[in-house]
Amino acid sequence: MELTTVWFCLIAVLWIGYFCLEGFDFGVGMLLPILASDDRERRVLINTIGPVWDGNEVWLLVAGGATFAAFPEWYATLFSGFYLPLLMILVALIVRGVAFEYRAKRDDLRWKARWDLAIIIGSYVPAVLWGVAFANIVRGVPIDANGEYTGGFFNLLNPYALLGGATTLLLFLTHGAMFLALKTDGRVRHEARSLAARFGVLAAAVAVAFLFWTQVDSGNLGSALLFVAAAAALVGGLVAVGAAREGWAFLGTFVAIALAVAGLFVALFPDVMPTSLADGTSLTTTNAAATSYTLKIMTVVALVFTPLVLAYQGWTYWVFRRRIAVHHIPEQPARLPAA
Amino acid sequence: MTSSAPPRDRGLLAFFLESTFLGLWIFGWDRLSPRLHATCIWVVHVGTLLSAYFILAANSWMQHPVGYRYNPRTGRAELHDFAAVLFNKVQLVTFPHVVLSAYLTGAAFVVGVAFWSMVRRGASDEDRGMYRSAARTGAVIALVAGLGVAVTGDVQGKIMTEVQPMKMASAEALYNTEGSAGFSIFTIGSLSGNQEKFAVKVPGLLSFLATGHTDSTVEGINQLLAQYKKTYGSDPGATYYSPGDYTPIIPITYWSFRLMIGLGLLAAAGAALILWLTRKGRVPTGRVWVWVAIAMPLLPVAANSFGWIFTEMGRQPWAVFGVMTTAHAVSPGVGAGTVLTSLLTFTLVYAVLAVVEIGLVLKYVRAGADPLPEDTGPNDTPDRPLAFAY
Repeated sequence: MELTTVWFCLIAVLWIGYFCLEGFDFGVGMLLPILASDDRERRVLINTIGPVWDGNEVWLLVAGGATFAAFPEWYATLFSGFYLPLLMILVALIVRGVAFEYRAKRDDLRWKARWDLAIIIGSYVPAVLWGVAFANIVRGVPIDANGEYTGGFFNLLNPYALLGGATTLLLFLTHGAMFLALKTDGRVRHEARSLAARFGVLAAAVAVAFLFWTQVDSGNLGSALLFVAAAAALVGGLVAVGAAREGWAFLGTFVAIALAVAGLFVALFPDVMPTSLADGTSLTTTNAAATSYTLKIMTVVALVFTPLVLAYQGWTYWVFRRRIAVHHIPEQPARLPAA
Repeated sequence: MTSSAPPRDRGLLAFFLESTFLGLWIFGWDRLSPRLHATCIWVVHVGTLLSAYFILAANSWMQHPVGYRYNPRTGRAELHDFAAVLFNKVQLVTFPHVVLSAYLTGAAFVVGVAFWSMVRRGASDEDRGMYRSAARTGAVIALVAGLGVAVTGDVQGKIMTEVQPMKMASAEALYNTEGSAGFSIFTIGSLSGNQEKFAVKVPGLLSFLATGHTDSTVEGINQLLAQYKKTYGSDPGATYYSPGDYTPIIPITYWSFRLMIGLGLLAAAGAALILWLTRKGRVPTGRVWVWVAIAMPLLPVAANSFGWIFTEMGRQPWAVFGVMTTAHAVSPGVGAGTVLTSLLTFTLVYAVLAVVEIGLVLKYVRAGADPLPEDTGPNDTPDRPLAFAY
């Protein structure tokens, strides 16, 4: 296999990892105002992802970094063309990240409510915009013969892309509810289960519509098989949550997201950013790639470090495997000054 | 620009170490053995150093590009020697300089908090001893790191003179080549080279900073400008380079260079002063020391900022020295309005976060350290509360 193809696959794996992992912590953030009824319950939700959300987010940095290193032209066009949406995602992630830390630093309900709002907005904005961005990449955007994006911001808000945004939004909401059903106990767990089932049905309907549209517009045999498998996994997850089998249910949405994203990348290949212009040039794994020397070095690095990263991130989830309920939440966060 | 990609990519892998093990450390108090728990924070320490190494390798490559070939077909600088990028001589001295200044900053923060808390407490306060030893430990680290920053900075200056002579000339606003060049502590009046009003000068010091000898010759801006125009202005890829003025903005390089050195040395001097004040069990009192405590964390932060302003502004008009100008590095599809929007957004977000952050730091510093929690012994019942929760 060509090194450029290897790196296309590796970047796909990084994005899959990112959406499967941060997907549920976005979901938890979005469910904060829906699922939790008081401050204790809100803290139950936040503490399920407390030790892991930042590690999940590194998958995005590495996906972006790998794109920059392996396909510099892809990175250049993507980050210039999608400048404003990516800026919005970045600001949302910054505000969301500090909000987790800051909300517990004062015992003041107004202070906490303000940071909760930051967590909520900071979770909804990227959950929608990632879908919009990926839908646009697969559909094709105006790229001229020099490989430059020539559309504007509103060009990105077409019906197909908005459907993509709705798909990621609902999938992540469902995924987050599945995660909470698996990681909490008491009222929150039961509520999470029923919300997972309700959001799940909606997510399945919207996702099938989006994936069908994708398949008709830009699909191939491989993507068709992956999309069908993704839909089956989602349905399997919904059946499992109905039967109160929370582990299987979470695995269902996890696999569904992984397969759907894999399908999008298969539909994209060998392009990395197809053009929608008749006289434009699509960016492909070949014309957007770095030199083979760069790719070789990075392949060695990836082969050594990827198993290591997976091992210790997996270990983190094992260390914090215990379910959390309201009685596990200490009265005050540790080390809070009295004044 | 592809040359800097692999170091950056490896740096990103180090981010995995930092974020994952930081999460384990923050939340893992009762989930891990004390030894394993402490190991986690050391992994974060190493991960941070690794990130710093690879990020600085990318920056050092921009100061002194090595290990690449310019490919006229793709119009890109393409990597052919990864080891050369990792062991770039600019990188080998920049890494210790930046990392030591980070230790200085961290230590000065501890010193500031501990010294402030100590000075403000009455003689009967039993926590005073703890704050004193924290202040002294921090001051020792700050002093050692501060001296290390000065030594590595000196070596860095000599390498800079070799690879970016214009930056050294701009650091002194030295317009004409001089033997045994002096270094001005400060200048009153314009730095345009023709109407200097008043300057306090140390003879031979610039020559020493640049080469290690007080009597050697340091090239001036005008002579270098003529050289640069010849080298880069007549390049066959003239559309790639923008021929023109190869001089950075002199007042910025001149003042940021001095402020970096002066404030950094002041931070090290502050640490030495605090060690002296607290010698042999002494606990100083008096309002004036409160101001020393407040200045301590601010000095290295300001010195670091001026250092980065100096090295980045001093490289201008280049984004990658000798290879790509900053003007050429602008993404063609991104308009000025868009860039302005993002600049304003980030400035606003970080300004708000800075206010919140400073407010929280002050609140927690005033509250002082918690009393030690009572050791209730091992508790492994499933219903026990979390050791740490947001």
